[in-house]
Amino acid sequence: MKKLSVSLPGLEMKNPIMPASGCFGFGKEYAEFYDLSVLGAAAIKAATREPRFGNPTPRVAETHSGMLNAIGLQNPGVDQIMENELPHLQSYDLPIVANIAGSTEEDYCEVARKISLHPQVSVLELNISCPNVKEGGIQFGTDAATAAALTKKVKAVSAKPVYVKLSPNVSNITEMALAVEEAGADGLSMINTLLGMRIDLKTRKPVIANKTGGLSGPAIKPVAIRMIHEVSQAVSIPIIGMGGVSSAEDVIEFMLAGASAVAIGTANFVDPYICPEIISQLPELLEKMNVNHITELIGGSWKECGTPSLSR
Amino acid sequence: MKKEFVQVISQKEIAHQIFELKVQGEVIAEMTSPGQFVHLRVSDSFQPLLRRPISICDVDVESKTLTMLYRKEGAGTALLSQKREGETVDLLGPLGNGFPLDTLSSGQTALLVGGGIGVPPLYYLAKQLKRRGMNIVSVLGFQSEQDAFYNEKFAEQGEVFISTVDGSLGTKGFVTDVLKNEDINYDLLYSCGPTVMLKALEAQIPDANGFFSLEERMGCGIGACFACVCHVNGGAPSDYVKICSNGPVFPIGRVAL
Repeated sequence: MKKLSVSLPGLEMKNPIMPASGCFGFGKEYAEFYDLSVLGAAAIKAATREPRFGNPTPRVAETHSGMLNAIGLQNPGVDQIMENELPHLQSYDLPIVANIAGSTEEDYCEVARKISLHPQVSVLELNISCPNVKEGGIQFGTDAATAAALTKKVKAVSAKPVYVKLSPNVSNITEMALAVEEAGADGLSMINTLLGMRIDLKTRKPVIANKTGGLSGPAIKPVAIRMIHEVSQAVSIPIIGMGGVSSAEDVIEFMLAGASAVAIGTANFVDPYICPEIISQLPELLEKMNVNHITELIGGSWKECGTPSLSR
Repeated sequence: MKKEFVQVISQKEIAHQIFELKVQGEVIAEMTSPGQFVHLRVSDSFQPLLRRPISICDVDVESKTLTMLYRKEGAGTALLSQKREGETVDLLGPLGNGFPLDTLSSGQTALLVGGGIGVPPLYYLAKQLKRRGMNIVSVLGFQSEQDAFYNEKFAEQGEVFISTVDGSLGTKGFVTDVLKNEDINYDLLYSCGPTVMLKALEAQIPDANGFFSLEERMGCGIGACFACVCHVNGGAPSDYVKICSNGPVFPIGRVAL
């Protein structure tokens, strides 16, 4: 399995696969299905300073090859997470990516300072891209200067490397990526969900109580691939790629686009065993592709020809 | 709790748009608690993407046979209704927590109140409670006669009252009208149905003791996605339960309906 190992700032992963934040709770549910130590890492549900209940239901709606969700960052707050949710993870050989969110810069810094000191946490994932809360994410994620300022502040207080999770709901994602790289981000994770809506023909109202929700699942994969392909050529920090990954072939595609590791989100809801299944399929797929080590694939879609892609 | 491709034994439409699906598989031997559910993948493509939660209507542990009743409503259940004998279905389960069976003692009476597609899990419950020596009284509500099902099967377990909204079968109106008209003595209430029905029951019988099984849109079905959360009565604003993994069965009064 050595041919699957990847090394990113703060993350020594035995394979490039991790469940994505918000799709894995704090791991307890999936630990009933398999040994979490098989995972390369795991991103836990977003932590905020105070407990949050989240949005009213219905919170999810199915779409063609995807789903909308507007959970609203429900979580028991950073203190409870550190006390009650993180300890059980120490029984696994599993680097933890702690996703953090907030309403203000002070919120983010407080959560970052606290949770980065927890021994189970390997890196932070700065969530500036949740589309489902009025405050607590996206307002930091659509303006490059605001995102950079927040990144700098969080970096200053965090005891662990900081990855910034980017929103696809921007006109120029490379500009966002360059701004947070310049501000000191150790890595990027991309993409968060795309803002969407569904309307019920019977009630003539949006299906989701929050009206809008974040679109995820296979439907958004081409968007993620395009954005990673573009951003990975512009930055020198590694990218954790995500967006509709549901097979080992998808993982290869993300790495060819320029991702150094790959997170799996919605597919966990369809099949709780999806992460270990993909991990077990990767070696054979690499062999078929004549690849000695999975890191050879990173950026392979643009490195081979050596020509820079057209900038947008 | 595991994932298995179970084999379809039979499938038939037993009432208007109501299908009875019987499947066989090893995992079914674990389905001993009425009120639990299974999560079915109805297609191996991405359309539809998510699984469908279906309640457990009956289980024969010996032959590892599971009976499910579902209403063909959207694209997912339409696909499920096309499954034929010999085909397989990707089943995850059993999920959730079922009805407690030891709250009553032998000789006591359980009142089972079901509405529409909330009726099926009460059948397995009725059988299990009867086996434990309890008396069963069932009140089943449907839209109309053509939507009604399993009346005779419930009658094998005890007394049955039916209500239909249009009056084409039994009492005209709702299950609550049956409870108003009939003088039913019981020790514990078990109910499953639409939230409006459970709310009406709570309002009509404020001191009711027993259990409600709740419904909500689900994502994962295992407690990870936080799609199906509910507020709890008397808790902090941030307190919650997840219907899929903390429920779907809760003591009456626990969940804010």
